[in-house]
Amino acid sequence: MNCVTPLGLDLQHNWTALLEENTGIDVHTVGSFENIYTAKIKNLPTVQPDLTYLETMLYLALKPLIRSKILHAKTGFILSTTKGNIDFLSEGKSEEAELNKLAVKVAGLFGFITAPIVVSHACVSGLLAVSVAKRLIQMGQFDEVFVLAGDKVSEFVISGFNAFQAMSAKPCKPFDAERDGVTLGEAAGAILVTKSPEHALVEIVGEGAINDANHISGPSRTGEGLYRSISSALNEAGIDASAIDFISAHGTATSYNDEMEAIAFDRLGMHEIPVNSLKGYYGHTLGASGLLELIVSILSLQHNKLIPTKGFVSRGTSKDVNIITQKMDVPLTYMLKTASGFGGSNAAAILKKVNG
Amino acid sequence: MDSPLYISHYCKIEKGLISVDGNVIFHAGEAQFSDFIKQAFKYQQLDYPKFYKMDNLSKLAFLSAEVLLRDEEDKEDIALVLANKSGSLDTDVKHQESIQDAANFYPSPAVFVYTLANICGGEISIRHGMKSEQVFFVSDAFDATTIFNYATYLLASQKAKKVLCGWVELFEENYKAVLYLVERSGTKLHTINNINQLVKN
Repeated sequence: MNCVTPLGLDLQHNWTALLEENTGIDVHTVGSFENIYTAKIKNLPTVQPDLTYLETMLYLALKPLIRSKILHAKTGFILSTTKGNIDFLSEGKSEEAELNKLAVKVAGLFGFITAPIVVSHACVSGLLAVSVAKRLIQMGQFDEVFVLAGDKVSEFVISGFNAFQAMSAKPCKPFDAERDGVTLGEAAGAILVTKSPEHALVEIVGEGAINDANHISGPSRTGEGLYRSISSALNEAGIDASAIDFISAHGTATSYNDEMEAIAFDRLGMHEIPVNSLKGYYGHTLGASGLLELIVSILSLQHNKLIPTKGFVSRGTSKDVNIITQKMDVPLTYMLKTASGFGGSNAAAILKKVNG
Repeated sequence: MDSPLYISHYCKIEKGLISVDGNVIFHAGEAQFSDFIKQAFKYQQLDYPKFYKMDNLSKLAFLSAEVLLRDEEDKEDIALVLANKSGSLDTDVKHQESIQDAANFYPSPAVFVYTLANICGGEISIRHGMKSEQVFFVSDAFDATTIFNYATYLLASQKAKKVLCGWVELFEENYKAVLYLVERSGTKLHTINNINQLVKN
């Protein structure tokens, strides 16, 4: 696994920065939005002149995983993104902005034999893409799947979140009493999902992705879809909620999202389980977020180290949540990753540490 | 895993025509998409004012699902597996127009929310109370193998009771929707060949 973010262009730099509790959020100007807080990568190198900014991020994220691999007919490639190369629209090039075009181009850089699969499911895309990989491997379509996720900060998305009045004027404060919206970010993450337990870091023991059927732009007040997604994952894993050692929540720092998550966790009796949101380090990286935060959570499992929720000071949800406020060394075996997004979407996955 | 799965019903919308299980139920002639879909909606005599707020992709997906699911009971566990080529590009272009010119800047939340491909699935879920598994794929052409395996997984793992699958593509005036319902009873077998024929013909 690997990631490319404002905190570093590889996994090790990200982990070091997280342990120092550095944030990737800073003041930037994006299009007509001057001096706003976003988590933008500052020094993205040029890899090839014909790659867009996002393609470069994706390339750098996946490259170290592919290095010595032989890509065969049972090797899958899944790309998770919400907006892909959306900047092409400002140049009137709508065809160039197609998500599948991006996937085919990136697949071509690495020489995948199988056709790419694109998962574009709002802010749960990155986590759902991992479930899709697992499911297609279980069905025998693939032996292994490279899951790559990425989105960049764009005027397109900022203007939309701003129109929704969902953007925070300051760096976001997940689950906090004074939270007032998201900080947008950009990142790419890559992970290899395989049926071979050899060299595996974690096992995906259960997952679910269930819709709220409630509202297209707001989460269910009762956290119904998230509750059901987590229940489905626990059921598949065959474990009780109490077996989970920590939760990496979506935690966007909007009033509605964090409240909904607290309610869903409470309904599942998970209010005492340590929870973090990584949005205070990375902002909301949209289609990358679920995968990026899963990757960081795997590092947490490996190192038996809980990462605190940056930006959180005091609880601002109606239900108790055990927000992690400082780094902690604790033995970790099971973790739950969740995500929720527009369209009433939710996703949950439970990982079990197998080696290390 | 071993019990056979079937395609119980299917619906197609293209070229001003709506058919269910191969029988034409509505035909609008040469109308533009927005007129056609409005006429078709009225013809269904549905009391669902939210329809008029949807973007064109959602209207297309909504109506396809409507004619298939209206007589279904117990819809909560019907999963939704959708795919298309253009994602939400049709609405992306509209949002881009609203921000293209700094002097004439008017982004709207009502448009922006539809700049995600899966929103049309969310609209179907809300309408039918489907608190169920969902995914949205984007590919150049219908990827029958992936959609087949994914739907089969959902039923075999008991993560869904039935699965509504299909292709919902719309960009400007080019549109095509083919949805089909996969379940444990029916006459047409759920095979990669059969779904390919349904969607690509």
